[in-house]
Amino acid sequence: MPLTATTAPPFVTVLVRGLLAGLIAGLLAGAFAYVAGEPHVDAAIAIEEAAAAHAESAAGGHDHEDALVSRNGQRGGLFLATGLFGAAMGGLLATAYVLLSRRRRTYDDGRAGLLLAGAALLGAVIVPFLKYPANPPAVGDPATINQRTVTYLLMVVLGLVAVWAGSLGYRAVGNDAPTWQRAAAAAGGFLLVTVVSYVVMPSFQEVPDDFPATLLWDFRLASLGTQVVLWTGIGLLFAALMHHDRRRRTAAALPST
Amino acid sequence: MSTSTSSQPLVHPAGSSRLLWTVLATVAVLSLLTYLVAFDQGAVSRSGMYLHELMHDGRHLLGVPCH
Repeated sequence: MPLTATTAPPFVTVLVRGLLAGLIAGLLAGAFAYVAGEPHVDAAIAIEEAAAAHAESAAGGHDHEDALVSRNGQRGGLFLATGLFGAAMGGLLATAYVLLSRRRRTYDDGRAGLLLAGAALLGAVIVPFLKYPANPPAVGDPATINQRTVTYLLMVVLGLVAVWAGSLGYRAVGNDAPTWQRAAAAAGGFLLVTVVSYVVMPSFQEVPDDFPATLLWDFRLASLGTQVVLWTGIGLLFAALMHHDRRRRTAAALPST
Repeated sequence: MSTSTSSQPLVHPAGSSRLLWTVLATVAVLSLLTYLVAFDQGAVSRSGMYLHELMHDGRHLLGVPCH
């Protein structure tokens, strides 16, 4: 029996759940970043300030560390940034959830939400991160910031395209094929787009020679961890909220998935 | 996993133009919010560099190119 439109919640309800899941997950990601990332940001800023003091004569171009916001203010602002960013991502996930509802192959709302969040983590975070990893303060040439921002955004789009290509491959092989063949088609589609993107997109080598490699690694791990916490949180919370809703709305038993 | 072969949408009758505009407005607002957190340097928020500096650490740790 197909589900009728009346059993599904309206768009605004789904959107509010996405925003809520995103806000909470964003604050959790902020807490993770505060504990795991802030020490590395502080260490990198110390290096940046030492370099700036060294090149005092060339002052003026880069007013990054003026007193507009104190370091404590920036540590608090971390939670504002991750909270707002999380809410925006949760809202976009909820929107995608509704827009893609026709293409779903599962009755399970929670499963659909989790799959979507996993796709976003892979396509919008992990694929771009491996090409353009996060940089701490003191790493990166301010002269190329616009170019790096555009290529980063393009890489996010290409990562999502790669995931989409993977899901196309998975579905193209068909239900009757063995699972390994469907998985191989998915991996093939995903890797094709990812590898071509990595080769075609420009690279930036802007880490100063004397920047500590261990600090760079630790910072990048903390940054990736922040995004993983964010998207894991969004997926789980959104799935939990949608699951609750479906159970409340459908008295009739649905075919189990 | 069960397969939906029905043409019936699982969530919405997507033909409705009101829904379309709601979705478009939502995406626009959320994109603006993302821009303010991740990329703005005062040009949109009209706050000078205040918001940019306030969310500096978040931008770095979310992995967005910062400077």
